[in-house]
Amino acid sequence: MAVAEAALSNNVGEGLDRLEMPVNSKPPLLRRIGTLVIPKLAAIGFFLLVWQLVYDSGIKPDYVIPSPGDVWTQLIYYWQQGSVTGAIWTSITRAAFGYAASIVIGTPLGLLMARVRLVRLALGSTISALQSLPSVAWVPLGLVVFGPNNTTIYFVVIMGAFPSIVNGMAHAVDQIPPVLLRAARTMGMRGLRLWWYAVIPAAMPGYVAGLRQAWSFSWRSLMAAELITRSSDLGLGLGQLLDFGRELPNMAVVVMAILLILIVGIAVDSLLFNPLDRVVRERRGLIAEV
Amino acid sequence: MAVALAPVAEATSRTVAVQLVDVTKVFGTGSQAVVAVDDLNLEVYRGELVCLLGASGCGKSTVLNLTAGLEHATRGQVNVPAASTCLMFQESALFPWLTVNGNVGMPLRLQRKRKAERADEVKQLLELVRLERFGNHRPHQLSGGMRQRVALARALAQHSEILLMDEPFGAVDAITRDQLHDDLLRVKSETGVTIVFVTHSLREATRLGDRIVVLSSRPGRVLEEFLIDGDGTAESNELAAADIAPRITEVLRSEIGRHGRS
Repeated sequence: MAVAEAALSNNVGEGLDRLEMPVNSKPPLLRRIGTLVIPKLAAIGFFLLVWQLVYDSGIKPDYVIPSPGDVWTQLIYYWQQGSVTGAIWTSITRAAFGYAASIVIGTPLGLLMARVRLVRLALGSTISALQSLPSVAWVPLGLVVFGPNNTTIYFVVIMGAFPSIVNGMAHAVDQIPPVLLRAARTMGMRGLRLWWYAVIPAAMPGYVAGLRQAWSFSWRSLMAAELITRSSDLGLGLGQLLDFGRELPNMAVVVMAILLILIVGIAVDSLLFNPLDRVVRERRGLIAEV
Repeated sequence: MAVALAPVAEATSRTVAVQLVDVTKVFGTGSQAVVAVDDLNLEVYRGELVCLLGASGCGKSTVLNLTAGLEHATRGQVNVPAASTCLMFQESALFPWLTVNGNVGMPLRLQRKRKAERADEVKQLLELVRLERFGNHRPHQLSGGMRQRVALARALAQHSEILLMDEPFGAVDAITRDQLHDDLLRVKSETGVTIVFVTHSLREATRLGDRIVVLSSRPGRVLEEFLIDGDGTAESNELAAADIAPRITEVLRSEIGRHGRS
């Protein structure tokens, strides 16, 4: 009798566990890809259609607004020449270098700002102001101080990107649920261990959001820098390709450069940051099933 | 089904795990000062489960924080062996970036135990709370009751003599809560851990406690103590306490009523 009772109570326990676990069902992979890709393709198709219609209407002469076909022709031409891949590579390596430097500068500064009240009081509003300062404003200063070279470009990229990382980290630490930190303290975590095992991992989602924003800022800053900074011994980036098109003048090259800048920006965001953000949030159960 | 009525006098032969002597805790100063706990005396014996029962504002959580060393008494003495307490709250407060294994293993990691050793111990602890199959799940994939069991296993991983629980089952439904009571009592009998359990539910207190300490509200003082003489299961405890439950209700009601008049 007692044994049967115990077994039943055990069943109740397991039954509760089963019934109360959140049910998770994902739609099949093919359909998920479909729902992601089809709207994007449709949007691109619509954009090209409008563009072609504007071109056909002839409101502007075709040396001002080129047709999609003209741009395609230019793209093929410069691609075969190797300038397209070269410019993309040059720009990406520059952005990556400046971005990495921003992470190295911004991350510890963000942690310091979250932890030390005095640092926050001293730097908090400055960092936020820097974030809203268009980084193109740094180009003249950079040119005078460093000259027309890569250092100027890195300087502008770093000034554009690092405030987002600082703010991302500082705010992420602010938003950690107090109960997690209380739990960490009751486990005996103090000082460095508290930061290493609790604060930093708990801040990851906000930090990743900061990283993502910083990437788009560094890409944007890079283009501003490349547009203005030109010199013969400086490699040709996408920004310089754009300016080169303006000087020719060949609007098809200009539009091609703009599109390439957009495409690279989107590609990095969706191939690198989307998955990273997803992984971080999925682990924590912060993603609602769509 | 013998029921001893309060106050509890002796029990001299047993070792004291927690001792609070004339403890007073005041928050704030001057005219803003609030006396949360006033001249509180409490002894908890090793292996005992004491329920602190009281309405809102009786300083139950303050008593736990004082015992855990998270707060310091304004006056009086708190005698607890050093680093011997662990704490569980109403929220499981599991780390959402870690799996169940990772969460339970965290205190072991802080104890600098090796990986293999940690894995063994985590497995044993999860068996103790019936979650051995869920080691690789993440907290958000579990129900509220399961999360509290993980939190319990994590607390036990600290190897503390004294487990302090602050309304840990307040946020789960009734059936799950009963199940958790059974789990907790089983864990207690298997590990011999001393437990101070804060609750505002009379039923919960009667199901769990070897002893129920009723606290007054604002400031917190010990009003009365009741011994429960069950055989250690929730059902028998509840049955054993059936006679005194109305008396406890009366004590609680008159205490709350006292505040209504003033």
